[in-house]
Amino acid sequence: MKAKVLIRPKQGILDPQGKAVERALPALGFEGVSEVRVGRLVELETDDPTQLDALCEKLLANPLIEDFEIVLDDESASNGSGK
Amino acid sequence: MIGVLQFPGSCDERDAVAACERVGEARLVWHEETDLSGIDAIVVPGGFSYGDYLRAGAIARFSPAMEAVASFAAEGGPVLGICNGFQVLCEAGLLPGALLPNQGLRFICRQVDLVAESTDSLFTRGLEPGARLSVPIKHMSGRYFASDDQLDEIEANGQVAFRYAPGENPNGSVRDVAGVTNPAGNVLGLMPHPEHAVDPLTGSDDGLALFTAMASAPAPASA
Repeated sequence: MKAKVLIRPKQGILDPQGKAVERALPALGFEGVSEVRVGRLVELETDDPTQLDALCEKLLANPLIEDFEIVLDDESASNGSGK
Repeated sequence: MIGVLQFPGSCDERDAVAACERVGEARLVWHEETDLSGIDAIVVPGGFSYGDYLRAGAIARFSPAMEAVASFAAEGGPVLGICNGFQVLCEAGLLPGALLPNQGLRFICRQVDLVAESTDSLFTRGLEPGARLSVPIKHMSGRYFASDDQLDEIEANGQVAFRYAPGENPNGSVRDVAGVTNPAGNVLGLMPHPEHAVDPLTGSDDGLALFTAMASAPAPASA
């Protein structure tokens, strides 16, 4: 099964990358964009989606500083169980 | 014998060995080694272990040598993590907190002043509380982060070994924290590079005190 893992900086943690992107936008004529946060997207295929939570906690995300969300590509399956 | 870990992508291991050799014997420990017998202290050096893929230190933490280092630390063995080594020890859960990209998003390479705070650890025993050390930093992800609750706890436990001197915080680290220890004081991680400050020829030998203290650390009870 294909899955996507979305990893974001936790709320409240300064994301200088997001700030830099946000500050660059008005210079290009894009006004009114705020709260930009830059995270990571990991795409993977797995035989056992039940292991995804543990895999994210242990390696793909650092729960101290990042939140993650798991999105299974199979529509019939239940949607992301991440936190 | 002091063991200095070497991962693919490490780059400060030779300076670390040279610093250790000023206070004793040292050798490199390849990341696939799991037998640390005969090793009295471990340095996890700076660099870009495994390319720093995913997050700095995230992959190195699972190397065979790091599994051995975790056991070594649990038995009370001295473990010093510098820069990338600090990141690895945090990712491994041997130290509290995490390192985030610098607030200014730039790689910073310059001399900074540190203030010694807790002098109970195996590495800072030789320092007076409040002592200032001039040591270089060179990092991209050196912004120390821990939650307020966690910070209160590590401060109360005396686990903050070093802070950046007032007004010197180069990277946005919370509460100016530059280096922390585990509760037992046998594991220390810091972003600045004491191994690059062991000879007046390069501007400062303030870092040598950490290696001197590490080399004279009492042997772990179970070793």
